Amino acid sequence: MNTRFKETAVKAVLLSFALAAVASVALITVFLVSSGLPAIGKIGLLEFIIGKRWASTAKDPGFGILPFILSSLYAATCSILIGSPIGLLCALYLSKAASKRTRAVISTLVDLLSGIPSVVFGLVGMMVLVPGIKQLFNLSDGSSLLSAIIVLSIMVLPTIVKVSTTALDAVPREYEDSSLALGASQVQTWLGVSIPAARNGIAASLVLGAGRAIGEAMAVMMVSGNAANMPSLFQSVRFLTTAVASEMSYSSGLQRQALFSIALVLYVFIMIMNMALSWLVKRSAS
Amino acid sequence: MKRTAIVIAIIALAACMAFANGQRETRSISTDGSTSMEKVIGALGEAYTQLHSEVGFTYNPTGSGSGIASVKEGRCDIGLSSRALRDSEKAEGLVETPLAYDGIAIIVHPSNSVENLSMQQIAAIYTGEITSWKAVGGPDLPIVLIGREAGSGTRDGFESITGTTDQCLYRQELTSTGDVIASVSQNENAIGYASLASIKSSVKALKVDGIAPSEESVKDGTYAVQRPFMLITKATAKLSQTAQAFFDWALSSQAAGIISSSGVVSAGL
Repeated sequence: MNTRFKETAVKAVLLSFALAAVASVALITVFLVSSGLPAIGKIGLLEFIIGKRWASTAKDPGFGILPFILSSLYAATCSILIGSPIGLLCALYLSKAASKRTRAVISTLVDLLSGIPSVVFGLVGMMVLVPGIKQLFNLSDGSSLLSAIIVLSIMVLPTIVKVSTTALDAVPREYEDSSLALGASQVQTWLGVSIPAARNGIAASLVLGAGRAIGEAMAVMMVSGNAANMPSLFQSVRFLTTAVASEMSYSSGLQRQALFSIALVLYVFIMIMNMALSWLVKRSAS
Repeated sequence: MKRTAIVIAIIALAACMAFANGQRETRSISTDGSTSMEKVIGALGEAYTQLHSEVGFTYNPTGSGSGIASVKEGRCDIGLSSRALRDSEKAEGLVETPLAYDGIAIIVHPSNSVENLSMQQIAAIYTGEITSWKAVGGPDLPIVLIGREAGSGTRDGFESITGTTDQCLYRQELTSTGDVIASVSQNENAIGYASLASIKSSVKALKVDGIAPSEESVKDGTYAVQRPFMLITKATAKLSQTAQAFFDWALSSQAAGIISSSGVVSAGL
């Protein structure tokens, strides 16, 4: 009796801790929706989402966030396009070709890359990448969408490498053995059998990486120039994240409310990506 | 037995802490607001707590807008704003008292040969009428405009003084004075603006209408690009005795030396 009571009590305590995490998500959702909707109501959903002019403190204010949405999507897509071949081939090497020792060393270094704080990426980007791009392309200023894309491509690498490696590791040995037994070379087996067999996991790694790219603020804020332009490779741009981060500290009134609305839009984007992710994971499991 | 002793010890400790806290509460001054005022308010706070060791002084660097909101909601004693109050804010029962004046320096890369710009030229550059340094007597290079984010006190100050409010075509909108200085120091095409007090030798501060920015030229009003540092209080509620004593001291001649040694010009005397 006593033991049973103890068991129940421990389970209740564990449940309450589990609920703490759920409560945080619920709290953030409620907060974002309740503080993000008023400004959208005042500005008008259509004008907010597809308006091109952002001038939050002007006498005749404009609250169009289309430039931020497009810049975020542009940067996330391009950084995945650049990062995925590098990350995927790195994962393929780690999972299939590397010796145990090499694999341990490279995996540790990749983990290290994911542990570097984003402000450090931003700092290095600001001091090295931005002047470099200015020189290379003969621009008047190197702070641009391109700089942000390059920084993000490096930042998404660890996610892509780690998740893809796990997916490739999980490919059943028999598939590869059969392929080899039929006379295919090792490289043919990796490209023709292992990667297709792990495609759902690899796709999940790309979605996860894209989520990381869309959600990053600090590093891109330091290299993108932060002007609210429509996206163009060599122009200074502002993203959904940096739009919130850069104006929050001095904001007031409708400007502040609109920043919460931007955060809500960002949240919706991340939610859509998470749903895509769980759909992919489910599909790969079945 | 042992457990009871521990519990009693913990309760006693908690009580002590609560008591100590309560005592400090009545003898503290909290300030909140403009990040541009960090240097001057830090120096004032430090000097004041040295004179009155029983007083606790806090400064929360959140930005002018947050500081003003914080006073209004009673979350701090004195708000700090690096811009004058808007009429809407005054209507909400807030009062401003100038503490000091800060010159805003117009900065360029040290290699830039331009030394002087007129107020009209600055306005023309920032609104995009002039796009090459050649037009103002410099090298044949494009001009890259660097400024602060919307809502920043420095940006508000710069744009209202130069008459370019809402018309500046920034290439970069950065979120701190340090970022602006770092960016300008790395690009020979760049022009930016930053608090005079934070200017370093990595950038060159230009003369405006022939007057170099300095403490003297800000004080006598000949250097035109300058803005006020305000202490914000509520008209309706009285400050606590401790906060009022600090407020009076900060505006006295005793504090003027500390204010000017942090690079801005004291408004008091």
